[in-house]
Amino acid sequence: MSVIVFAEQKGGALRQVALETVTAGRGLADALGVDLVAVLLGPPSVASEAEKFGRFGADSVLLGTSDALGEYAPEVYTGTLAKLVGERAPKAVLFAASAQGKDLAPRLAARVKAGLASDVTELAVTDGRVVIVRPAYGGKVFFQAGFMGEPAVASVRPRAYTATENSREASVEEIAVDVDPAALRMTVHTATGGKKGRPDVAEAEVIVSGGRGMQGPEHWTMLEALADALGAGTALGASRAVVDAGWRPHDEQVGQTGKVVAPPLYFAVGISGAIQHLAGMQTAKCIVAINKDAEAPIFKVADYGIVGDLFEILPLLTDEIRKLRS
Amino acid sequence: MNILVCVKRVPDSEGRIGVAGDGTSVDTQGVKFVLNPYDEFAVEEALKLKEAAGTGSVTVMTLGGDESKETLRTALAMGADQAVLLKGKPSSDGLGTAEKLAEGIRGREFDLVLFGKQAIDDDNLQVPAMVAELLELPCATVVIELKVDGRKLTAEREIEGGHEIVEFDLPGVVAAQKGLNEPRYASLKGIMAAKKKPLEEIEVGDAESRLEILQVMNPPQRSAGEIVGEGADAVPELVRKLREEAKVL
Repeated sequence: MSVIVFAEQKGGALRQVALETVTAGRGLADALGVDLVAVLLGPPSVASEAEKFGRFGADSVLLGTSDALGEYAPEVYTGTLAKLVGERAPKAVLFAASAQGKDLAPRLAARVKAGLASDVTELAVTDGRVVIVRPAYGGKVFFQAGFMGEPAVASVRPRAYTATENSREASVEEIAVDVDPAALRMTVHTATGGKKGRPDVAEAEVIVSGGRGMQGPEHWTMLEALADALGAGTALGASRAVVDAGWRPHDEQVGQTGKVVAPPLYFAVGISGAIQHLAGMQTAKCIVAINKDAEAPIFKVADYGIVGDLFEILPLLTDEIRKLRS
Repeated sequence: MNILVCVKRVPDSEGRIGVAGDGTSVDTQGVKFVLNPYDEFAVEEALKLKEAAGTGSVTVMTLGGDESKETLRTALAMGADQAVLLKGKPSSDGLGTAEKLAEGIRGREFDLVLFGKQAIDDDNLQVPAMVAELLELPCATVVIELKVDGRKLTAEREIEGGHEIVEFDLPGVVAAQKGLNEPRYASLKGIMAAKKKPLEEIEVGDAESRLEILQVMNPPQRSAGEIVGEGADAVPELVRKLREEAKVL
C-alpha cells in the first residue's frame, strides 16, 4: 500500500513544487498508514536529485531515466505511471498543480479510470477515505470533497504546502521506462527565449500586481523596481483590465480568468478590486493596497492600505524596502 | 476542415457566487450565465481554421440540460454551423463528463476537437486531456498559439516562465488559453441565423461522479485592515508595519 507522488523536474533539475507535493504526500501517507513513493522521471542527469526525496519524507524513490526524456513527455509519463498504478494499487497519486501536473494528471486519471481533484489546498483522511479541499469559481467558494474510489488522484496547488524536511532513508529503485519513439504521437520541446529571472505568479512568495491605476504599460518599470527590491521570489501580477488592454501578458493575470494565488505577501497597486480579482487573491496572507480612491473595494480585503497617488508612493516604497534589504 | 468544439454554460465571472442553503451546492441565484470565456477562444479558433481552410464545418457540443441550448446558440451566433446537446448532468470531477463527451464525439467525422482550457465554474482543467485519452488522440492543453499546416499541428502552450511547443498530426485535441485570439462578437445577422441552425439533442444520462461534494464553503472572510495613511508620507510607517507587525519583510 502506498501513496505515489509524481516528482516534477524541468531540464533535469527538481522543481520546488515537487518538494511541496512530497510534503503533502508525507502527511497523507501518514494519515493512511502507508508508504510514500516518489516517482522521478527525466534525463539521466536527474538521478542526482533522487536523494532529496528521503530528506523530504519519501520512503522510496522510483527513478526512471532516459536520454529521450530531456523534455516533458506526456505519453511516456502517462504510460509509466499507469503501469505503476496497475502494479502497486496505490491509495492516492499526487501531482503538483503546475503546467505539467495539470496536463499530466487528467491523462493518468482517464487512463486508470480514477477521480481527479485539481488544485487541492488540503488533503485529509476521514473514515479511511481521502477528503480534499479545493477552490472553485475562481476562489469564490471552496469545495470539500471525498473520493468515491481508489486511487484518489489529485494535483496540489503550489504554495499550499511548505516543503518541510522530514528525514528518512529512502531506497532508490531504478525502473524501466518505455520510450519507443515509433509509438509516440506527439513531440514536446521548450520554446527558446522564455522569461527569465522571475518566478511564475502562482508559485511566487511575493506578488506585485498592477491595475488600471498604473495608467499605461510604460509605468510598469516602477513595479519592476519594487519587485526587484523585494527580492528573487517576487513575481509581477496584473488585473484583468490591464491584460485585456494588452498592457501585460496573460500569464500574469490574477483572478477568475487568470491565476488563483495565495502568496505570503501581495501588493495591489492601482487595482480597485473587482469581484473576480478579489476571489483570486483573497487567501494571500498579507495584502497591501495602494489606491487613490479610499472607497475602492480592494481596501475591504487589504491588511494595510495607503490612499494616494501611486506615482509618488511607489518610488519611496521601493527605496524604503531597498534600504531595509541592504 | 471539420472541427468539434466542446463548450459549457457557466456563471459570469462578475457574478456573486455563494453557498446554497443545503451547504453542499453553489448558489447562483440572480447570476447571469454565459458561454465559458475560455470556450470563446476555442470557438473563435475553430472559425478561423475553417475560414483559412475554405471548407469544412464547425460543430459545437455540450453536456447539460435544456438551459444549455442558449449557450450553444451563442456559439452558433458567432458562426458555428451546427450544435449537439448531450442531455445529461456533468460530473463533479472531470472524468464522467469526459466519458459522455467522448461517447458523443465517437463516430463523428472530425480533424480537431477544441476546448476552452477550463470551465470557470468548477475550475477542473481536466476534461480536454481526458477526452483525448479516452479517444486515444494526441492533445495540447493551455494553448496560446496554434498553427495547422496540412495535417501537421503546432501548438504553443503556456508553462511557468515560458512556453512549450507541442507538435502532432491530426486528428487531435487542443485546449485554448486566453490570448490565443480575439473572439468575435456575434453580429445581429449571426444571432438571427443561429436560430435556424441545426441543434441535435441526444439523451445521454447523467455523468458518473467519482468525487462526492461534502461541503461548499465560503473562502475565509477577511476583514478590512487599516489605512496606514495618505500619500507618500505614509510609506515609512507601512514598511515598519510590514516588518514588525506582519513580519513579511
